Amino acid sequence: MSAYGLSAFSVHFFAAVSSRDGAFLERFPITLRDLVTGFLPDPLRWLVNSVVAIAVILGVFGTLFAFLTLAERKILGRVQNRPGPNRTPIPLTKIRFFGLAQPFADGVKSLTKEDIVPRDADKVLHFLAPVLLLAFSVLTFAVIPFGRNLVPVELDAGVLYFFAAGAATELAVFMAGWASHNKYSLLAAMRALAQLISYELPLLLAWVPVVLIAGSLSTTEIVAAQAGWKFNFIPHWHVFTPWGFAGFMIFMVAALAESNRSPFDLPEAESELIAGHLTEYSGFKYALFFMAEYFGMIALSGMAITLFLGGWHAPLPFLEFIPSYAWFGLKLITLLLGFIWIRATFPRLRMDQLTRFAWKFLVPLALINLGVAAFWSLTHTWSGPLQLVRWAVALAFVVGPFVLMGRKLSAGVAPRTYRYA
Amino acid sequence: MNTAALILIALGTLATAAVAMTLRNLIHSALLLVASWAGIAAFYLWAGAEFVAFAQVLVYVGAVSMVVLFAVLLTRQSRADLAVAPESYSRTVSALLAGGAVLGVLFGAVLSTPLSVSSKPPLPVTVRALGLELMGTHAAALLIVGVILTVSLLGAVVIAATDRSGTKEDGP
Repeated sequence: MSAYGLSAFSVHFFAAVSSRDGAFLERFPITLRDLVTGFLPDPLRWLVNSVVAIAVILGVFGTLFAFLTLAERKILGRVQNRPGPNRTPIPLTKIRFFGLAQPFADGVKSLTKEDIVPRDADKVLHFLAPVLLLAFSVLTFAVIPFGRNLVPVELDAGVLYFFAAGAATELAVFMAGWASHNKYSLLAAMRALAQLISYELPLLLAWVPVVLIAGSLSTTEIVAAQAGWKFNFIPHWHVFTPWGFAGFMIFMVAALAESNRSPFDLPEAESELIAGHLTEYSGFKYALFFMAEYFGMIALSGMAITLFLGGWHAPLPFLEFIPSYAWFGLKLITLLLGFIWIRATFPRLRMDQLTRFAWKFLVPLALINLGVAAFWSLTHTWSGPLQLVRWAVALAFVVGPFVLMGRKLSAGVAPRTYRYA
Repeated sequence: MNTAALILIALGTLATAAVAMTLRNLIHSALLLVASWAGIAAFYLWAGAEFVAFAQVLVYVGAVSMVVLFAVLLTRQSRADLAVAPESYSRTVSALLAGGAVLGVLFGAVLSTPLSVSSKPPLPVTVRALGLELMGTHAAALLIVGVILTVSLLGAVVIAATDRSGTKEDGP
């Protein structure tokens, strides 16, 4: 680089830094992007900015996926009193370092495995299913605000876009099951679809109260609605209200089921149900299914953070010096570790229990929760002692149905007695 | 640029619909029909109706497609049964006639309805404005549609339910 080029570069850099409207770290991702694309003419710049955003999302969440699988195996191992993967050395060395290179070994393994397509399979659909599944789950990342000013696409109906893109994955599951030309695959695909459709309803009903209170379908505005603190230490996050807490819980349970995670992982139950729609897949196509599953899990956690956990807002005022994207990442990793913890703790449900739980428990609770949110929205002017009445009524309508319906659902079967154990 | 995009979307939608009609494999037809619905969603996006486009994807690509696929799989006896051929000449003709009649009525209705077209570009509609409009001026229509859908859902449940009060099921 010539001296002139260097100085132009530094001038541009300092101009970008000094024109900040926040702390340096807060602006850093945007500054870095503008540094790269700032020289380009306008229409081209817009295009390159989009490409950069896509590349960053794929890079960051691809890496997160890789190390999430490692974390999951390590934590599951720790829970089950075994070391987990610990023997993969860092490439070209003999340093093992807790098996930190395991994701790369897994990647190479699935890339070099033989790709088997059944003779009678519908070749095109068989190929298309994992690709579509992954494509739709990557699409959902487009509207999540990862930080202040860090939302890839600003949409007026962002939340609706998220769930529309997520709903299309059902089609890919069906294609995988049907195209494999295997009765187990087809049966499992139907089972997976029944599960996805059943839990779609509580998932959708759980976020409607948020839209009702925030008054917008845009993800940035929903995050903005959760800014600020009461008494300077209780954040205005939706999860700290009765309807928000119930909604968050219903959302997370439905998200577990939507991303085929334990205890709702019937589509992956190899031992008792001959796995699922992905039985006839091998090699990297098989890995793509799991990649889509983890991407879906990450995206749904990101959405839960956006809707209920205050998005990228810091939990306390004096912690605001930590950049917003770091808060988002911290919350995301906490939720993901929660997913892994749940997987290590709960046994798998049976199919009838699974659907009964959705239709007889989660859907009515979500509908009642919608009513509670409407009450909350109508009484936002109440103050003083009326505020206590507001909380008491809302809490009663959240806890009461939960206890009553839970008793009714488990009547006669809980607590369980193990006769043959 | 804009017109070219519209023509591309229209061609894609129509082509997938046409191929869906001519294919003999019902599953392939159903999947292509879904592609055609996605094309309609793309048209809504092109026209600036963001909310309607996402609702179209959510309802048609997500839900109605499942109904169609489940119906196809539950009514077929075997995989060989999936490829259907036209049963007889007269049936084909009557199907075409019935379809043509529906098309004619729809076209007639659309062409004979006076639509007020203003030359200035419409204001961008926000979701909030759409919601207020639906809940305000069109509240009655929305309620009626909701009641009809609920009644049809209940009817479907009643028809599909088998009354087995005598047998005892396993608890959860």
